[in-house]
Amino acid sequence: MDAITGGIAATKTSGLKMTARGVTVHYGAKKAIDNVSIDVPTEDVTAFIGPSGCGKSTFLRTLNRMNDTVASARVDGDITLDGENIYAPSMDVVQLRARVGMVFQKPNPFPKSIYENVAYGPRIHGLAHGKDELDAIVESSLRRAGLWEEVKERLTDSGTALSGGQQQRLCIARAIAVDPEVILMDEPCSALDPIATAKIEELIHELRGRYAIVIVTHNMQQAARVSQRTAFFHLGTLVEYGVTSDIFTNPRQERTKDYITGRYG
Amino acid sequence: MTDRALYAPAPSAGIERQPTDWTSAAMQRRIRRRYGAERRFKLLGLLAILASVAVLLFLLATMIGNGARGFTQTEIRLPVNAASIGNAAPAALQKITNDAAIAAFGDDGEKLISEGAWLAVRNAAAERRAGDIWVPASVDIDLAAKSDASAAAEAAYARMQAAGNVRTSFNTTFLTGSDATDPSLVGIWGAVKGSLLTMLVTLLLAFPIGVCSAIYLEEYAPRNRWTDLIEVSINNLAAVPSIIFGLLGLAVFLNFLGMPRSAPLVGGLTLALMTMPVIVIAGRNAIKAVPPSIRDAALGIGASRVQVVFHHVLPLALPGIMTGTIIGMSRALGETAPALMIGMRAFIAAPPGGVDDPATLLPVQIFLWSDEVSRGFVEKTSAAIIVLLVVLLAMNALAIYLRNKFERSW
Repeated sequence: MDAITGGIAATKTSGLKMTARGVTVHYGAKKAIDNVSIDVPTEDVTAFIGPSGCGKSTFLRTLNRMNDTVASARVDGDITLDGENIYAPSMDVVQLRARVGMVFQKPNPFPKSIYENVAYGPRIHGLAHGKDELDAIVESSLRRAGLWEEVKERLTDSGTALSGGQQQRLCIARAIAVDPEVILMDEPCSALDPIATAKIEELIHELRGRYAIVIVTHNMQQAARVSQRTAFFHLGTLVEYGVTSDIFTNPRQERTKDYITGRYG
Repeated sequence: MTDRALYAPAPSAGIERQPTDWTSAAMQRRIRRRYGAERRFKLLGLLAILASVAVLLFLLATMIGNGARGFTQTEIRLPVNAASIGNAAPAALQKITNDAAIAAFGDDGEKLISEGAWLAVRNAAAERRAGDIWVPASVDIDLAAKSDASAAAEAAYARMQAAGNVRTSFNTTFLTGSDATDPSLVGIWGAVKGSLLTMLVTLLLAFPIGVCSAIYLEEYAPRNRWTDLIEVSINNLAAVPSIIFGLLGLAVFLNFLGMPRSAPLVGGLTLALMTMPVIVIAGRNAIKAVPPSIRDAALGIGASRVQVVFHHVLPLALPGIMTGTIIGMSRALGETAPALMIGMRAFIAAPPGGVDDPATLLPVQIFLWSDEVSRGFVEKTSAAIIVLLVVLLAMNALAIYLRNKFERSW
């Protein structure tokens, strides 16, 4: 079962936040994900790596049911959050997405002020009572996203006026503001320069432990730097899942080895 | 031949490429041709713009040239002591007015003043104004003052002008009155009010229904045969000739539902049917143009579908929706045919008091006046067209102002 637990059972360092068992995703007749089982630990960063089109982003989007918005997508199998099946009819998808936040590939702040971007989530979920509390949430979220010092003088400026890296940190602040339990990041640095990327990676380090983080990345060095656990996807299947250092130094599967040594991808 | 045979297996790869001579005569010719094509196309575009501007200017100049006279009215000084009349019956007032005209200008005096001249006398009497009263001139005198009329009228006008008994003043009746049989007494306000009430009904129905349909079709409806069918139907509905909607309004609203004839309510309902598909199509396009990343962002932090639509998609799509609404409403304002079918071509001599009062519309009023025999209606028709254009411009200006107010970038 190591391919599922990613070595969690062996190391016993942390509990499980999310589990997936036999997840298969179809887009119409096309199978995008085939029978993937994986465990997401509570206090670690989990990285999904793999070549383009291998289904890692698709799988990530099943974890907070963002695939629901794609009419042709069909998800089979079980995914649980704290032991609760998230595809059960009793699960409220809006609350699920508040608990499992998401940061997207392209920074996508709302065309509203920086303050409104961060305050929007707490406001619609009724997390703040009164203006002062909302101000406090906005400030702490921006601080945790490492953006507060840069924007505290111009909270009323449009979120789209920030640089790409700042926009992505604003999106992270926006996700944090709802106080989620899991943060899913879908290639959060692919549109950013190396300096902005370094800031985001640093941020992921700081957020680790407080939130369960799952990050999809193209960049294997990034996976090695930020994650404790790595899952390698190929052609819609989970090839190997384990402790990051093991995956990169001592892969058990031939395909994993070929990929991380740059034979393809 | 043998050399060629050697290269034969890969003819395209085998041909030795000569280094390109960018300064050769052929190349220069190509550059000149390219510049020529650019110049020709620019010139063509400029000519097209000039042609459309010229047509527009010609139209405006003709309308304003003809219509401006419709806003003025020739008046005649009538020596009546209004203060002494008091509350007389209309017939008595008419007699007093005509007698005064005959006394002042001879036997033909009553033909020089308008049939409605007694109204001015009545107003003066009500205010107990002393001294002479300026009353509207008859159509013939009015025409003599403005352009050309019969020899008799021209002579009468010249006589009165010499005596200082005529003046030209702004025709307030035209802006405040309604339809009449005498062109010197007609007004456009009745038609303007009818049009405004009709547009109000149209907007109140077509905008919410159109926007809701657009949102549902774009954001909620599953993609299947039924929604395809609905989409095709809406697109076809936008292309249906307006008179068909008039027939529909006649059959459904008047005959089946028994609503009042000639009423802005029915006109608004009929025009709303016509405007709605335009708003739906424009709305769907505007909603489609909102980047999906904004929807993802909102869904990703746990916004519900309705919250995504009303907090993010709709505000961003609103400028586009409003553009579609402007186009639809402008078209509805200028529609004549459907209004004719539901009885809005009746002679209505008073502005409508509400949406269920008989009324007429601006384009219908223009149509009716253009059909009149009396020459006095020619300038009134042009003046009414100017009023229609002004109402249209005012409506569009308001809508564009609102649109720019809501416009945001992302």
